[in-house]
Amino acid sequence: MPFIPHTPDDIAAMLATLGVDSIAALFDEIPPELRVGAQALDAIPEARSEMEITRLMQSRARADGEPLCFIGAGAYDHHIPSAVWQIASRGEFYSAYTPYQAEASQGTLQVLYEFQSMMTALTGLDVSNASLYDGASALAEAVLMAVRANRQTKSRRILVPRALHPAYRRVLHTLVAPQGLELVEVGFDPRGGHTPVERLEAALGEEACAAVVIAQPNFFGILESVDELTDWAHAHQALAIAVVNPVALALLTPPGDWGAKGADLACGEAQPLGMPLASGGPYAGFLCCKQEYVRQLPGRIVGRTLDLDGRPGFTLTLQAREQHIRRGKATSNICTNQGLLVTAATIHLALLGAEGLERVAASCHANTQRLGELLCAISGVEPVFERPVFHELALRLPAPTASVLNALAAEDILGGFDLDPDYPELEPALLVCATERRTEDELRHYAQRLAAHLERSPAAS
Amino acid sequence: MLIQAQSRTGRRAYTQAPLHPPPVTTIPDALRRHTRPALPEVSELQVVRHYTRLSQQNFSIDTQFYPLGSCTMKYNPRACHSLAMLPGFLGRHPLAPETHGQGLLACLFELQEILKVVTGMHAVSLAPAAGAQGEFAGVAMIRAYHRARGDHARTEILVPDAAHGTNPASAAMAGFQVRELPTGPDGDLDLGALHAAVGPQTAGIMLTNPSTLGVFERHIQTIAQTVHQAGGLLYYDGANLNAILGQVRPGDMGFDVIHINLHKTFSTPHGGGGPGAGPVGVSRRLEPYLPVPLVGCENGRYRWLTESDRPASIGRLTAFGGNIGILLRAYVYARLIGRQGLARVAEFATLNANYLRARLQEAGFEAAYPERRASHEFILSLKREARELGVTAMDFAKRLLDYGYHAPTTYFPLLVPECLLIEPTETESKEDLDGFVAAMTAIRREAQENPELVRGAPHGLPVRRLDEVHAARQLDLAWRPGDPKENSSTHG
Repeated sequence: MPFIPHTPDDIAAMLATLGVDSIAALFDEIPPELRVGAQALDAIPEARSEMEITRLMQSRARADGEPLCFIGAGAYDHHIPSAVWQIASRGEFYSAYTPYQAEASQGTLQVLYEFQSMMTALTGLDVSNASLYDGASALAEAVLMAVRANRQTKSRRILVPRALHPAYRRVLHTLVAPQGLELVEVGFDPRGGHTPVERLEAALGEEACAAVVIAQPNFFGILESVDELTDWAHAHQALAIAVVNPVALALLTPPGDWGAKGADLACGEAQPLGMPLASGGPYAGFLCCKQEYVRQLPGRIVGRTLDLDGRPGFTLTLQAREQHIRRGKATSNICTNQGLLVTAATIHLALLGAEGLERVAASCHANTQRLGELLCAISGVEPVFERPVFHELALRLPAPTASVLNALAAEDILGGFDLDPDYPELEPALLVCATERRTEDELRHYAQRLAAHLERSPAAS
Repeated sequence: MLIQAQSRTGRRAYTQAPLHPPPVTTIPDALRRHTRPALPEVSELQVVRHYTRLSQQNFSIDTQFYPLGSCTMKYNPRACHSLAMLPGFLGRHPLAPETHGQGLLACLFELQEILKVVTGMHAVSLAPAAGAQGEFAGVAMIRAYHRARGDHARTEILVPDAAHGTNPASAAMAGFQVRELPTGPDGDLDLGALHAAVGPQTAGIMLTNPSTLGVFERHIQTIAQTVHQAGGLLYYDGANLNAILGQVRPGDMGFDVIHINLHKTFSTPHGGGGPGAGPVGVSRRLEPYLPVPLVGCENGRYRWLTESDRPASIGRLTAFGGNIGILLRAYVYARLIGRQGLARVAEFATLNANYLRARLQEAGFEAAYPERRASHEFILSLKREARELGVTAMDFAKRLLDYGYHAPTTYFPLLVPECLLIEPTETESKEDLDGFVAAMTAIRREAQENPELVRGAPHGLPVRRLDEVHAARQLDLAWRPGDPKENSSTHG
């Protein structure tokens, strides 16, 4: 029997111990009219050997191809060092659970502590948790946390830039609206692509707000004037929530240094730190904050302490915040988070170091600049915005974006993210990204194919 | 020693990043970082050795019997991992078009169908990233259903006192008030209290069946009828689905909405605390509210169904499609064991739990609810040992670590004093179960002869018992450059 070790003799001996004549007898407390027969599962296929399922999965994986990827939009095609998943896949990491028994989980606990240390170093904040599900849900938790933590106002209003990832805005709505929070959209500057302070003023009006969300870079890749935005939030008794790309932090001011007092919370998607694209998950969200807010931080937190002999060791701490203790009054319902992905991120950051991460960030930045040059040399293609970017670039096209992307996809080029459905005011527009993995030949190939398709396609009205 | 403490200025694992990036000239200085983050500067060998050694400080399913109740720590087949890590799946961008995703989407669509069949539900969404997110999605759908009917008075969710903490926490996150219901002395829900609690304010009830007490809720049909008659809906917490797979289905018990922990019942890895995956299934009336994305199939072509296809959806829970890699592992698991294997899961999980409980009772341990059948797990109460020997359930748990067994869940559920919640799972052999009984018996003998030995356990692990009060009072949550504590560290 697959994955069940019992021999007929074992089963007989075990049933004899129990004084019953069949395994079915062990289900005799279930009302008989509810019991289903074997035929209830007939629609599920029969068991297959590992060899047969391997053949099936290989053919399906091959069917999805290995296209040339110029999409970013929240998930980035970075190189992952071989050591990362060879170590993260070790059974001792892969098949352990939440480190409730600290003495038997020092490996996982120390990894989580090292991860927390790395994230505080990157963000310039005091404290990090041990992960949330992904960047979007981490932002939702950050927003809920900010409302709890802000003692200067009882407002449940949050300013959210339109230049934030559209999927993040949707997730935010799903996860925070049931608690009565109000999300107020803040427009962006049509020329710069950034979120000016005047737009915050206009969105807020005469009201108060609990927090301002500041994305750096924003969804268009544009670098925001984070110091001004942070200071504006603080001047209005609001907390500043940074949404950041951890690779970009190798080059950009850390949230803890934004404005006069620094952002209060920083969250984001850890996928660029050693997690494969994998169609969208599993990734890991991170959430860091200033020390004064630590008791409002959701999710697991690991602390360093001492054992009975005075030796240092690690344990889950501040558990009184969590659902298994506080139940309906917990900071969040989160239990299982993304431990294995955090293990990968920690190994990844240890291998790269600050200097390696900086080289990755600089390469992505340079490749995207270069891609912009090549594509903007094509007649009718131009940058949508004027302000500087990190590693993504919004381009205006002379033809409907969807048709251009379809034509490129037919040649195994994923040409970018179609901005038209979410930002009809920019139509027709495309968001492209070239990570460090894209070569000069690949950039040229993309430019050459885009030019060919645009020559053939009708101009946009 | 922390990886940070091994850092030496100028040391690099050089080959991991592009060698010669051009200088960055287009980012204004005011937005640039001026000091490098304090990340470790170490060689590749140091990294490999450090994290390999750390892994060796973990207990895991691959190295130990891990009877952690309510967590279903069964064997995670290696094929599930390697097949989910095939390059075509691993390298696929979440926003890649469906022309470059038919293989993936076929797996996900078939997984949706498999989950519908085993749970008896009308429709399934794979979107929630973990059980607790599935719970949130479930209660949010209950909220959406009542609101769509203009029934705004239903503000309360009923939760038994034995429930996982995530249940009340999820209900609160979805904007509900929580009312707790007591459990009767036989482990079933107190029906009198239920009758008294239901009313026009009842949005629904969240139940785990079998419950966290390790027994099947025998009055489930009465409960379903009572709650439905009051206008409420029934939520099934699938944490214990391993106990009933192929035997009885939540849909047949009258549940309107369920979540499934794939990292429990479908053998995907627990990963040191995730990732999980918490698909939700619903009855026909909740189908419009399922979280997006779903996978649809039209004329043999698969595609994502998103907000525009599903206007009544409670919405999106993560930026993309949830923990896809975990869904692939669950799909491979279901295909490897097939329909007969899925039904065998509950049979052998239940056989193992009842056998282990009987052997421990023979050895003189006291089971909670001894008159009941165990489900896939059961509770021992060590209150006699605590009273007579001064050795607590936690002491037994810590001493088990010295014997090479991961401890059962301790002090949950809260209803039973000095409890150990023990879930052996179907993948453990009779010899392993017998070995656990022998260890428990030996520990009790130690508790009689040398209680200090047990109270001071563990003795053979990298650390002894840790001071959790110190950890919470003297918060040390991150290493900083110049950290003095690293000098005395004994960590490997």
